[in-house]
Amino acid sequence: MDAAQVLLVVMWVGVTLYALLAGADFGGGIWDLLAGRSRAGMPQRRLIEHSIGPVWEANHVWLIFVIVVLWTGFPPVFAAVMSTLYIPLTLAALGIIARGAAFAFRKASTELWQQRLFGAAFATSSVLTPFFLGAVAGAVASGRVPPGLAAGDLLRSWLNPTSLLGGVLAVAVCAYLAAVYLCDDAVRAGSPELAGRFRHRALATGLVVGAVALGGISVIRWDAPRLFDGLTHRALALVVAGAVLGLLSLVLLWRRHYLSVRVTAALAVAAVVWGWPLAQYPVMLHPSLTVDEAAAVPAVLHATLLVLAVGALLVLPSMAWLFVLQRRSLHDPGAHG
Amino acid sequence: MTGLVALAGPAGAADLAAARMQMALSLGWHIVLACFGVGMPALLLSAEWRAIRTGDDALLRLARQWAKVAGVLFAVGAVSGTILSFEMGLLWPGLMGTYGQVIGLPFALEGIAFFVEAIFIGAYLYAWDRLPPRVHLLSGVPVLVAGVASAFFVVTANAWMNQPVGFVMENGRVTQVAPWRAMFNPATPPQTLHMIVAAFMVAGFGTASVYAVAMLRGRRDRYHRLGFMIPFTMAAVFAPIQIFLGDYAAKFLAERQPTKLAAAEGLFRTGPNAPLSLGGFVADGRLRYAVEIPSGLSLLVGHSPSTVVQGLDRVPVADRPPVTPVHLAFDTMVGMGSLLFLLAAWYAFAWWRRRDLPRSRWFLRFAALSGVAAVLALETGWIVTEVGRQPWVVYGRLRTLDAVNPAPGLWAGAVIVALVYVFLTVATVYVLRRMAGAPREQEPAPRAAAYAPQEPE
Ligand code: HDD
Ligand code: HEM
Ligand code: HEM
Repeated sequence: MDAAQVLLVVMWVGVTLYALLAGADFGGGIWDLLAGRSRAGMPQRRLIEHSIGPVWEANHVWLIFVIVVLWTGFPPVFAAVMSTLYIPLTLAALGIIARGAAFAFRKASTELWQQRLFGAAFATSSVLTPFFLGAVAGAVASGRVPPGLAAGDLLRSWLNPTSLLGGVLAVAVCAYLAAVYLCDDAVRAGSPELAGRFRHRALATGLVVGAVALGGISVIRWDAPRLFDGLTHRALALVVAGAVLGLLSLVLLWRRHYLSVRVTAALAVAAVVWGWPLAQYPVMLHPSLTVDEAAAVPAVLHATLLVLAVGALLVLPSMAWLFVLQRRSLHDPGAHG
Repeated sequence: MTGLVALAGPAGAADLAAARMQMALSLGWHIVLACFGVGMPALLLSAEWRAIRTGDDALLRLARQWAKVAGVLFAVGAVSGTILSFEMGLLWPGLMGTYGQVIGLPFALEGIAFFVEAIFIGAYLYAWDRLPPRVHLLSGVPVLVAGVASAFFVVTANAWMNQPVGFVMENGRVTQVAPWRAMFNPATPPQTLHMIVAAFMVAGFGTASVYAVAMLRGRRDRYHRLGFMIPFTMAAVFAPIQIFLGDYAAKFLAERQPTKLAAAEGLFRTGPNAPLSLGGFVADGRLRYAVEIPSGLSLLVGHSPSTVVQGLDRVPVADRPPVTPVHLAFDTMVGMGSLLFLLAAWYAFAWWRRRDLPRSRWFLRFAALSGVAAVLALETGWIVTEVGRQPWVVYGRLRTLDAVNPAPGLWAGAVIVALVYVFLTVATVYVLRRMAGAPREQEPAPRAAAYAPQEPE
């Protein structure tokens, strides 16, 4: 592998972690939205808040990481994607502002109406942000973002069947991941009854994700034949793995193996996330901008990789420590007083 | 590839203006939060450290209160920063498509600093009672270090826009990039030092202001006194240093970006005996109604009246920045910096004589305004830097006009973003004010206190 490929892989690890970690945080917001009336929904909201609270900011940094690596390592791709898709990306950015700010404000506010207002903003933006990010992914994957500044169609690039599919799938996957993680978190927090509720939801959303994905195959076949071709040939193994792991997760959920389903569900999503670049490699932007052409000069790639390697030594152990603290905090009954 | 980027052509004038306004608004907003992100951890840690050493309850309550406030400010700072990294591409793809790789390194480093910061702030805020006090205190140290580091990294990127080095341009393509050299460009030392000190001043004076207001209203207990003195002392220490650094920055400009200094000083004619002009505005190609100190600028730049200072007459009109706003912004920054220095000196004098705060109510009144003054200096300083660099986004290399996103309709996005920031400002101020009321009203039972930083009830 040359430096550009390594950096691409590193960036995609960032995308995957963003999807798995921040995706679940978004999903938590979705379940917050659906938790029901203020009083009745309180225990669920509290659990969601406790499992998101300490980690969301760190999870969110993966997005910044991806953006920065993209503009450093593959600047023409960054410029093309940002300029053509500036409408959905602006909307996603607004969702990110509303979400982070409202989450912090809700925690700090004391009156019910404020908590409701900020809670509603938090929850709504938790749906909209993944939707627009998914639509952006669909736009790039279906080859509607050509190289150049704002060279693609400003509206049709993201208002199309594949983008719609991407958006819906992203929202459903977020909800699914969150429900799966929350089952486990609820057990840890000593609340099997809540775990049971999230189990039902995880099963239901799992089925929805499966259905959307199956239906999506025909959408992609018709709307983005190049992507379909890649997914059914080079990336076929990953697609199949994703499907198998997804089914396995449903079985595990059914049998209440909450910890192992955490792993299989995450792997299923990761398989699909990796299927996409594998399907279109080495092309980054259709028709013909390849990884090699888009990549920064070697000196930059090497410096960036060096910095990221050193950074990983600092960040990964600290992050593991944070997750341990967070799980312990779920255990601690005092935290719910 | 970048050839394609150049082909797309410029956007309309309204879109360019909108993009600039949006960028300035987002940056001007973020920078205030970022300053608290850099400075608050220092306050928190010193209060907590003293509290652990002395067992002083007022200090512990202060540390808890500041932690709660920092939690909100960090969250809002993080999201406003995320918007910025989007906007670098949404608004300025012409800059990022061509030069993204040259300034990528500091941003990658900054990303690592953000990770460290976000991880440890999460641990610090949520694990107050799950960690032994000393371990908890230690978990705050990386937050401080990472905050300062991220300010350093991001300002090196801005410094590069002022002193673009470390690459070669061939046929519209960037080659031979030397990323470390680009990062450690000539403008890096003056700008980063000046900015980091500004951050500590803004956070220090800003926090002290809140307690100065409370003391003026008669709450002069130990809690409020300490709440005033810890941040005010920190800021007061930095105030004189900042004057030196500002002078350093100005001398740097005289050598490396004379056009910006000329705009900041409203100097049109090149020559010796350049005056120092205060106030005034530009009409008919010269500065009017300014108070002039003869040879003042020559003296400041070269310590001699015969020092030749370059004026705006050396650059074509099309390459000049808008002079009036830059000049007035510069005067405001220097004015605020000098006033804050005097206030700090007053405090130091009283402390030296009597080991106490100055007795005059006027001291507290000025101190109550010091936070606003520091923010004003911060914002106007950035106006000098950014507007003074115009019409270039990359000094001498890329015009702002050629960097902007050519897509139509940017102004609509700018309007929406402006509205969102208005709402965000109102909500942040409202929530912070509510929190300011909270600690005294509900003097907590020990149990409730233990979970104060994370429990809303
Ligand atoms: C608390 C904030 C604060 C205070 C009191 C001052 N400044 Fe400042 N100044 C800044 C905050 C700031 C800043 C916002 O941080 C800037 C913008 C970019 C930068 O690097 O620092 C800045 C920029 C800046 C520049 C432009 C640097 C460049 O574009 O490269 C000059 C020449 C000065 N300052 C000079 C001064 C002088 C002579 C001061 C004397 C009192 C002073 N500043 C006080
Ligand atoms: C390291 C940090 C910063 C970076 C990388 C940065 C980058 C940029 C870029 C790319 C532009 C648009 C191009 C241009 O107009 O030249 C811009 C404009 C601007 N920025 Fe900054 N900026 C930074 C910090 C700040 C801060 C903290 C402020 C605070 C107020 C600020 C104020 C402005 C203003 C007022 C403009 C518009 C200038 C004009 O068009 O006249 N900048 N900046
Ligand atoms: C002089 C200008 C700037 C300074 C001193 C500065 C400093 C900081 C600091 C200290 C933080 C962390 C504190 C907090 O979360 O409140 C932060 C957050 C952030 N900043 Fe800035 N920044 C500046 C400009 C910019 C620019 C131009 C960008 C993007 C292009 C940017 C992107 C970000 C991002 C993405 C975050 C969020 C990180 C997180 O999630 O924790 N900043 N900034």
